[in-house]
Amino acid sequence: MKLTRRDALVALGAIGVGTAAIGTARQGLPGDVDETEMTDQLHAAAEVIYPAAVEVDRSFVETYVLGRLGNRERHLREQSNALDQLDSHARRHAGQSFTALSESRRRSTLRSMGVHTAHPNPDGTVPERVRYYVVNDLVYVLFSTPTGGELVGCENPPGYPGGLEAYQRGPDG
Amino acid sequence: MIRARTPEVCVIGSGPAGALVAYSLAERGHDVVVLEAGKRFDPGESGRRMEQRLRRERWTALYEMGGERDAFTVSGASAYALNERRVKGVGGSTLHWGGTVPRMHPEDFEMDSRHGVADDWPIGYDELEPYYLQAEHELGAAGAPNPFGGSRSGPFPMEPHPLSYSDRLFQEAWEELGVTLHHLPRAINSASYDGRSRCQAFGTCSPVCPSGARYDATVHVRKAESDGVTVLDRAPVTRLEHDDTGERVTAAVYVHDDEERSVEADLFVVACGAVETPRLLLLSASEQHPDGLANASGLVGRRFIEHAAIRVRGRLDEPTRQHLIGFGTSQTQQFYGYDEGPRGSILITPLNTAGTSPTEAALQDGPAITSLLGGRRPDEMTWGDELVDQVTAETDGFLAVSAGTDLLPDPENRVSLDRSRTDDLGNPVPDLSFGIDEHAIGTLERAEELLTELVAATGAEAIETSHEPENAFFANHMLGTTRMGEDPATSVVDPDLRTHDIENLYVSGGSVFVTGGPANPTLTIAALALRLADHLDGRLS
Repeated sequence: MKLTRRDALVALGAIGVGTAAIGTARQGLPGDVDETEMTDQLHAAAEVIYPAAVEVDRSFVETYVLGRLGNRERHLREQSNALDQLDSHARRHAGQSFTALSESRRRSTLRSMGVHTAHPNPDGTVPERVRYYVVNDLVYVLFSTPTGGELVGCENPPGYPGGLEAYQRGPDG
Repeated sequence: MIRARTPEVCVIGSGPAGALVAYSLAERGHDVVVLEAGKRFDPGESGRRMEQRLRRERWTALYEMGGERDAFTVSGASAYALNERRVKGVGGSTLHWGGTVPRMHPEDFEMDSRHGVADDWPIGYDELEPYYLQAEHELGAAGAPNPFGGSRSGPFPMEPHPLSYSDRLFQEAWEELGVTLHHLPRAINSASYDGRSRCQAFGTCSPVCPSGARYDATVHVRKAESDGVTVLDRAPVTRLEHDDTGERVTAAVYVHDDEERSVEADLFVVACGAVETPRLLLLSASEQHPDGLANASGLVGRRFIEHAAIRVRGRLDEPTRQHLIGFGTSQTQQFYGYDEGPRGSILITPLNTAGTSPTEAALQDGPAITSLLGGRRPDEMTWGDELVDQVTAETDGFLAVSAGTDLLPDPENRVSLDRSRTDDLGNPVPDLSFGIDEHAIGTLERAEELLTELVAATGAEAIETSHEPENAFFANHMLGTTRMGEDPATSVVDPDLRTHDIENLYVSGGSVFVTGGPANPTLTIAALALRLADHLDGRLS
């Protein structure tokens, strides 16, 4: 299954964020946040974190992850900082930027940083902040939308307003 | 001190107990001011709040509870995270409630007469019934009559939410046991109602409903304001002042923008919940009322009641379709009758949220049994395909049932002032001292047996009690600290909810309950508030 910009727009529309608001949110990004770089880094992380069955399009990350944050400037800035820290670690650990690494080396970069055992804490250590702002942001986005929910038999997961029919249906539909 | 204009009625607190009084009086042309300790929360922030919830951020952070403003102490046997269980804000604790609106049963009002325990209420079910119906219409209750409850004079305003797939699994299994499952009334729209949308199934009803389909008291705050009511937020009332006779309250003193101010009124209604209401009366002690206002009986703060509850879950080797909606859709009140079991009343509710939700399981922030089984460290997260396996293992196949039980009122279970600690305004904080007694443990043990039998009937295995009787959790239903009665020696307010001691001071809310039954109390709180508004309208007219 593929996650595209269209999925992102549907998911954002469901929580009341329209296309115009997404545009406004992106225009209002803090000046020191490079949207292109941030999107590339998040996309690279998503390819490692998401299951193989999910093919994540860059436009999904760009639209949903950033559009969802809207006017949450602090969150965006901290996410950008966490991605910078991840990238710095990749350069030290593997000699390349995080986005230039293969998927397996990106995975080992996250592990060598200790992100897989870090408690997600927005005010914590670098691994804790990477876990919170990068890994958990991506995981939240996937599993609060129908695509991620369907992977585990829950097509209307908490966080997604899929209506009153799904809960009445049995496993055979 | 700044003195605001003088309304006919000053209501303190904007939860349902206050908002409904204000709305109902304003609708009939009365001049009302509402003072609310907390702030107005922006509904536009509900998406962010929902994400906070799903990411398991601190519950108290969602509505900014905690800190010196909300300081409290606990000195009794039961630990109690008070600030996780209440909200100070316009709308009160309905901002984070689940919207369950059963009526109490007729026997709840006659526990002494029928069973020789506790006391009777001074009013009966029949007297409250028209107000129950009115409250169901005001809050927007989706439901259907059940075979175990009291009589009804009219239908619910909305069709019930249909049973879930897992409800039907229970229903089929319980038929053989002779147990009847029925719809659970919810103040969550099953259709568009009162200008609010049908439920969209965001699944995070408690603590936040982004669609607005779940009722909260801001609905009636808005209506009251459109009828001319002034609602002042961030205006905590610190004391009530009375006249020289000590028989009439003259002003509610509050703090706003670091300045002490007051509202004078003809009538005052304290609607601050079962902790802050007695606290305000105790803080208002004076020369004439040295033990606190309206406390000649010495009962202000006493007979605190909560609902102790347990949960039992099991697992089937097949999908059970959980977490597709955020609230339970069925119930059985078959064991509600006090004399149906060895002792105690039990309200049984199947869950539609058994097991961990996909988002929470995926975020893996917490103990994960399956991680241990998989040889992983509990705090080590998985990625990629392994993540899907792990989330599936933690979310799929569960069934669960919870039971709420009644705690009998005990004068030693109480809210008092802790004079050793003060809040941000320099006032003594509330102290909660209570515990679960032998009666309640007996009821909970009976409930655990029942729930285990009911879960096993589905063929589920790996049955476990998530909260055992000695470790029961509380349902966030705080009741009983300014109880109602005819006799001023044994109660704080009279059947009209007027304090026995102060002729223009009333109490609205769960604190006036004489007994709590096992049913969620908000509908009864709303019904009592509407009844109080009728009385006040009569008095003012």
